[in-house]
Amino acid sequence: MMGRTIIPIGPYHPLQEEPEFFTLTVEGETVVDIDVRIGYNHRGIEKLSELKTFENSTFVIERICGICSTSHPFAYTRAVEDVFPMEVPIRAKYIRTIIAEGERIHSHLLWLGLAGHFIGYNTVYMWAWKLREEILDVLEILSGNRNNYAMFKPGGVRRDIKAGDIPVCLKKIDSILPTLDMLKKAVLDDPVLHARLKGVGVMTYQEAIDFSALGPTSRASGVARDVRKDSPYGAYQEMEWDMIVTQNGDVFDKAVVRILEMFESAKIMKYCLNNLPDGEIDANIMDVPPGEGIGHIEAPRGETFHYVKSDGTNRPVRHKVRAPTFMNLPTYKATVQGETISDATIILAAIDPCYCCTERIAVKDPRGRLLYNGKDLVQLSREKTEKMKRRMGVR
Amino acid sequence: MSLKLKALLKSPWVFHLSTGSCNNCDIETLDCLTPRFDIERFGMLLVGSIKHADVLLVTGSCNRMSVERMKALWEQVPKPCLVVAIGTCAGSRGIFKDSYNCPVPLDQIIPVDVYIPGCPPKPEAIIAGAVKLIEKVGSTL
Repeated sequence: MMGRTIIPIGPYHPLQEEPEFFTLTVEGETVVDIDVRIGYNHRGIEKLSELKTFENSTFVIERICGICSTSHPFAYTRAVEDVFPMEVPIRAKYIRTIIAEGERIHSHLLWLGLAGHFIGYNTVYMWAWKLREEILDVLEILSGNRNNYAMFKPGGVRRDIKAGDIPVCLKKIDSILPTLDMLKKAVLDDPVLHARLKGVGVMTYQEAIDFSALGPTSRASGVARDVRKDSPYGAYQEMEWDMIVTQNGDVFDKAVVRILEMFESAKIMKYCLNNLPDGEIDANIMDVPPGEGIGHIEAPRGETFHYVKSDGTNRPVRHKVRAPTFMNLPTYKATVQGETISDATIILAAIDPCYCCTERIAVKDPRGRLLYNGKDLVQLSREKTEKMKRRMGVR
Repeated sequence: MSLKLKALLKSPWVFHLSTGSCNNCDIETLDCLTPRFDIERFGMLLVGSIKHADVLLVTGSCNRMSVERMKALWEQVPKPCLVVAIGTCAGSRGIFKDSYNCPVPLDQIIPVDVYIPGCPPKPEAIIAGAVKLIEKVGSTL
């Protein structure tokens, strides 16, 4: 038997922008086990949320995660509305949908860029992030900020969309579509990427079910599940759009699902902006009755789930958050084991992990020294791409 | 020391340290490096190892778990090293000041040279902060 080596990665490393700690156990080149240790982002948000009023909580909830700063308030407001239960004005639903889909596009572009960066395609990284700026501009026009939008409140939305802004936003969305299409072709038709990503980090249908994987991670394995379709909320049932499902479950398919979803999101955004109904944007709820409420929505990474318990006062007694990465992280056990170290980077990145979302579990005390091997891992991954390029005669 | 600082200001290499942030400041920091803002043209480079860093960009509200690691990193970094606190969390803990897991603000742990407020600060603000840092340190030489 070959000797086993443990490679610690993190917590501070250039692999991802957030701190997290992986231990890869390797035999020669092959990864045989993986352990993830988190807690570097824990801020006690559930407790903070219980200290604030229902309306003020949205601001804390928004700061669970910068990339999901719509998904969490969306799920939370739905949970509060479920306590009544009550209906949100139709215009508010449309505005919520527009912001949520804008977020999905920018989150997927962000992922695509980082994935390109990890395998040594820095052009993809720069292109994707350049495109992302356009969609952030749209969100800035609509909400006033690039990331934390502060649009949500229980019972409606905080800001209306001005009629004058709609053509500007539509024009901006239209302007990114040709470039997005080009990026799609560049990524999906590239022979090197096919060779590099196909068959890497495969998660089968059964594994996706067993691990309860969510979002694009599971849809790439053929699990046709999407909260937007299965339990429609917002304005999603008002228009035609496709759920993107692929069958292979490898890293390439996860990229395909995300890229194609961006086009669907753009379609939904355009429909909502074109058909924005008139009316109130806020139901002006006063007192939240005692009771329990559940809100779940499809975030860019999967289903986000919030639970709120009210006792009739102006604060939640209990607020529980379950982020999609919490369910997707264990799939590493299925995908990374048996692969080479040079592929580990992209497989770890393929579920689009988001640790700030996930970290509301108790803080563990870790042992172990800091070693900066993440950089070497990215380097390994890039060298493999280069090697493949040489072998295939592509430059 | 001042000669070292002078050399450092020509092309400050930055290391990015997230101490329990919500990702936003981190993304906006990365955004500064991508085509629309592209601060790499001024010689600012994001480096992967603390040993190469001239400037430490700290984001987040310094939670208990990452503070230990931040102190270890601060001991490893070659001095002189400048520290920039990006975002309201790093500056004053912001909305997380009541949290049980964020006991003290960043400037009580390591010395901070420049604060960039905002939640998150826009890339323009981060670039303005970098310019102020260079001006501030340059004027003391």
